[in-house]
Amino acid sequence: MNNYTTIIGLETHVELKTASKMFCGCPSNHFGKPPNTQTCPVCLGLPGALPVPNKKAIEWSLMIGLAFNCKVSNFSKFDRKHYFYPDLPKGYQISQYDEPLCYEGYLDTSEGRVGITRVHIEEDTGKLQHTTISGSDMTLVDFNRSGVPLVEIVTEPDIRSAAQAKEFAQRLRSILRYLNVSDCDMEKGSMRLEANISLLQEFPISKFQFPINKNKSQLTKLPNYKVEVKNINSFRFMEKAILFEVERQKKLLESGYTPKQETRGWNESKNITVAQRSKETAADYRYFPEPDIPPMVFDDSYIKGVSSKIPELPQKIESLFIKKYNLRQQYAALLVSEKSLALYASDSFKEAASLGVDPDIVAGYIINQKINIDKVKPQDLVKDIKSKSESKVGDTKVIETWVDEAVKNLPQAVSDYQKGKLNAISALVGKVMQLSKGSADAKVVLNLLEKKLSSSKN
Amino acid sequence: MKTDLSLRKIIGLLQKGEVSALDLVKAYLEQIEAYNKKLNVYLSVNTKVLALAKTIHGKPDARYPLLGIPIAIKDIFLTKNLRTTAASLVLDDYIPAYSATVVTKLEEAGAIVLGKTNLDAWCHGSSTETSDYGPTKNPWNINHLPGGSSGGSAVAVATDLAPAAMGTETAGSVRGPAAWCGIVGLKPTYGRVSRYGVIAMGSSLDSPGPLTKTVEDAAIILNVIAGKDPNDATTSPTNFDDYTNELEKGVKDLKIGIARDYLLPNMDSKVKDLIISAAKLFEKLGAKVDLVKTLDPRFAISVYTVVQRSEVSSNLSRYDGIRYGRDRKYFGQEAKRRIMLGTFTLSTGYHDKYYKKAQKVRTLFIDDFNKVFKKYDLLIGPTMPGPAPKIGVTEGQAMFGEMADVLTEPTSISGLPGISVPCGFVDGLPIGLNIFGPQFSEGIILRTAYAYEQSTSWHKQKPVDFKKVIIL
Amino acid sequence: MANKTEITFTSESTAKIADLAKLKVEKKEENYLAKQFNQTLEVIDGLNKLNTQNIPETSQVTGLKNVFREDVVDKKRSLTQKEALSNSKKVHNGFFVVKAVFDSES
Repeated sequence: MNNYTTIIGLETHVELKTASKMFCGCPSNHFGKPPNTQTCPVCLGLPGALPVPNKKAIEWSLMIGLAFNCKVSNFSKFDRKHYFYPDLPKGYQISQYDEPLCYEGYLDTSEGRVGITRVHIEEDTGKLQHTTISGSDMTLVDFNRSGVPLVEIVTEPDIRSAAQAKEFAQRLRSILRYLNVSDCDMEKGSMRLEANISLLQEFPISKFQFPINKNKSQLTKLPNYKVEVKNINSFRFMEKAILFEVERQKKLLESGYTPKQETRGWNESKNITVAQRSKETAADYRYFPEPDIPPMVFDDSYIKGVSSKIPELPQKIESLFIKKYNLRQQYAALLVSEKSLALYASDSFKEAASLGVDPDIVAGYIINQKINIDKVKPQDLVKDIKSKSESKVGDTKVIETWVDEAVKNLPQAVSDYQKGKLNAISALVGKVMQLSKGSADAKVVLNLLEKKLSSSKN
Repeated sequence: MKTDLSLRKIIGLLQKGEVSALDLVKAYLEQIEAYNKKLNVYLSVNTKVLALAKTIHGKPDARYPLLGIPIAIKDIFLTKNLRTTAASLVLDDYIPAYSATVVTKLEEAGAIVLGKTNLDAWCHGSSTETSDYGPTKNPWNINHLPGGSSGGSAVAVATDLAPAAMGTETAGSVRGPAAWCGIVGLKPTYGRVSRYGVIAMGSSLDSPGPLTKTVEDAAIILNVIAGKDPNDATTSPTNFDDYTNELEKGVKDLKIGIARDYLLPNMDSKVKDLIISAAKLFEKLGAKVDLVKTLDPRFAISVYTVVQRSEVSSNLSRYDGIRYGRDRKYFGQEAKRRIMLGTFTLSTGYHDKYYKKAQKVRTLFIDDFNKVFKKYDLLIGPTMPGPAPKIGVTEGQAMFGEMADVLTEPTSISGLPGISVPCGFVDGLPIGLNIFGPQFSEGIILRTAYAYEQSTSWHKQKPVDFKKVIIL
Repeated sequence: MANKTEITFTSESTAKIADLAKLKVEKKEENYLAKQFNQTLEVIDGLNKLNTQNIPETSQVTGLKNVFREDVVDKKRSLTQKEALSNSKKVHNGFFVVKAVFDSES
């Protein structure tokens, strides 16, 4: 048996939620609109129409790049990327080729730093739908989505596991939501992931002399193939697709084959990746500078200005929560996943600190009791927790009986939790609270539950 | 009424109330009825033109400088609800949902779109022979080519089927047919006039420009169509004053260069002589004139061919027959050739050798012009290497257009303005003088052309050949 | 300025380019077109006579930069569904229709 290093690079596309499209004044919010009702000569690719770029979309793209620690090009331009497909009205996509807006950034994950190769802006295509009209297979085309600003974020092949890929994508989405530039809704397609996956066979270093550093890609050599997996519309599917691919490729390599360089799609009903029908001719995009759009030049003071518009980002807040309020990492990470939640938590912690309540308990409350942050004020929440903890049943003996009963009653929650779905504990806490008619001290309940669940494992 | 009047004269008559918009439209429709079939100028005549003329009651003024004036439009400009074909069967039945900015500006100035004129299909040519609707005829000798691609517009003006017309030039497509038809053709600076709604040929080259009977008329139209267009990111915000105010300023303060390398070695010496006489006239009018060395214009053929075909291959990708028009098998031979060559010059492995190399030589031309125009206000040379050749010569000539346009290609790839004015005849066919200058020198170009025109009478000669009745 | 071109079109390379450009070229046309392309390339190769070392490329001549539009919805140019579909040969329930293309889900 050989050892393999998993090599993963991600390409993420996100639609920006600007008011208008990338190169024309049509509304960019296209979801659920009747077909072909949000078009104009530009995004419908009519003869003679010309693109004029959306200033905000450019600024937001730069913001995204800066949030991922990228450098901003002082000079950038658009290019035409040519291919024929019915959803591409001009026969070319206005994209960026060799002068992307941003390049050479990174994003840290718990398994190491992931390099960002580039961040560029382009236009989205129309949407295809397959149907049968009087017995023949047809494709329907809707151009409402055509021309919506689309940012592409490409990583280096630095990701080493499915879990890291998932974490990276989640962190990426969280940052984009903090920037308030995209809905990042994977089901609606405003965030799309593609993973390039390959396996590198590990040889004894002495023999082949290429150092393999699992955290940062200092690989002197990459595998001579890669498999691109598309059609991934949730983080869970991405994880599954990568795990499936790793196994599939491993089997091939073990039996002496090099996996074919190809594009595969995730089939969610079968839980497998499937080779996509490849067109016979290889793609040749024939990029050249878009003659209809003058180039872009950004001076340092402009870039500074854009940079100053970037709000505090989740990773920074997360480490602040841990350092300042002594929160457990798992809580901190959950609380910063959404900006509004992070703000709420931050306010609650300030209050807790002044009232002498442990912020970690408050955090547990917010997460496990699914506090409605729009309705309950942080001050009221903390006051409530304080008063409850003072009048609560804190006797572990009494609480233990409720805990036992809750564990018996909710075996699914128990097994979910033990499989790593840590949120499942909130159902158990809820059950205990119900049994105690609200009188149990939540902190004690949580501690007992955690102890119980980890000891009853296996 | 007569249809051989200049725009300026027509405007005068309208202002004095001596003619009405309706009189004008009727007169041009009659002229069209009489000669269009023979010359193949219009692909579509605007059926609403009479109704439109009837709605016009005011007189041309500063706000509506062209009120009531019918104008012919090359069938490459989109006209809302009026068929637009690019002279290609691909767009045989295409009815645009919007109008080009130039058309809108003309209409907002009060002009009436008389009809859509013939061209080389997609502007691919310098003969109007590649039109899928048959060639337009040269009125000076109907066995000869009118030039192209704005051949229909040039002939419309030369034969009084319109008082003025709009064309587009990628390289030579306005000035060339103007020269071969004995009229005035102005190619403005790239970016001076909006391309929005003009079916794209070479996006970094295309310049809409007027074809007119006089230099003054060209200035009148440029006043209307020039300017920044929010829908065309490549239009210039550079300000301009009323171009007609420039005309009388004369050439006394100007340094004019004769572009020595534009008098090609194998060129008809009669053409060269006409240019030299023009130079002498400028000297007489007070300009300082020298013979000037420039980069050999023949290198521009290669640059232009590569850039134009690369851009053509891209621009014609949208014609897939899904949203409008017919599918790609309806492209004619010339379009197919250009698309394929452009596809090749952009393809992996050849992009650097052809596309990039051409764009570098393009820089050499721009640098060379910058150097020359530091010392000289303008350059002059012939517009075309010779008079209009016979119909049919383009057969099997893969490069006819690019070779014919050798003298306008350097300015086109550099985005510079130029004008062609009639400067004599060779073998009974008109010859054009090309006056060109640095970016945004339209004012100086127009006044130089005007000074020349006022001191000569070439522009007063009218073709008669097309009026001959052929008795079989 | 004609030179012997280094790159020569054959009927095969012509067919390949036609495919890339999504054009149908008849077998019998291929040879003729290849000849025409070679004629054109002979002229274009004249470029090699000029030294362009350290010369930047020009893809635009205006000198303009940073030409943007503000992010506002502009309905002036909007097309109604009817207008959008008005020139299409084949429409269905507000959609354009093409022969089935099979994508990822196949």
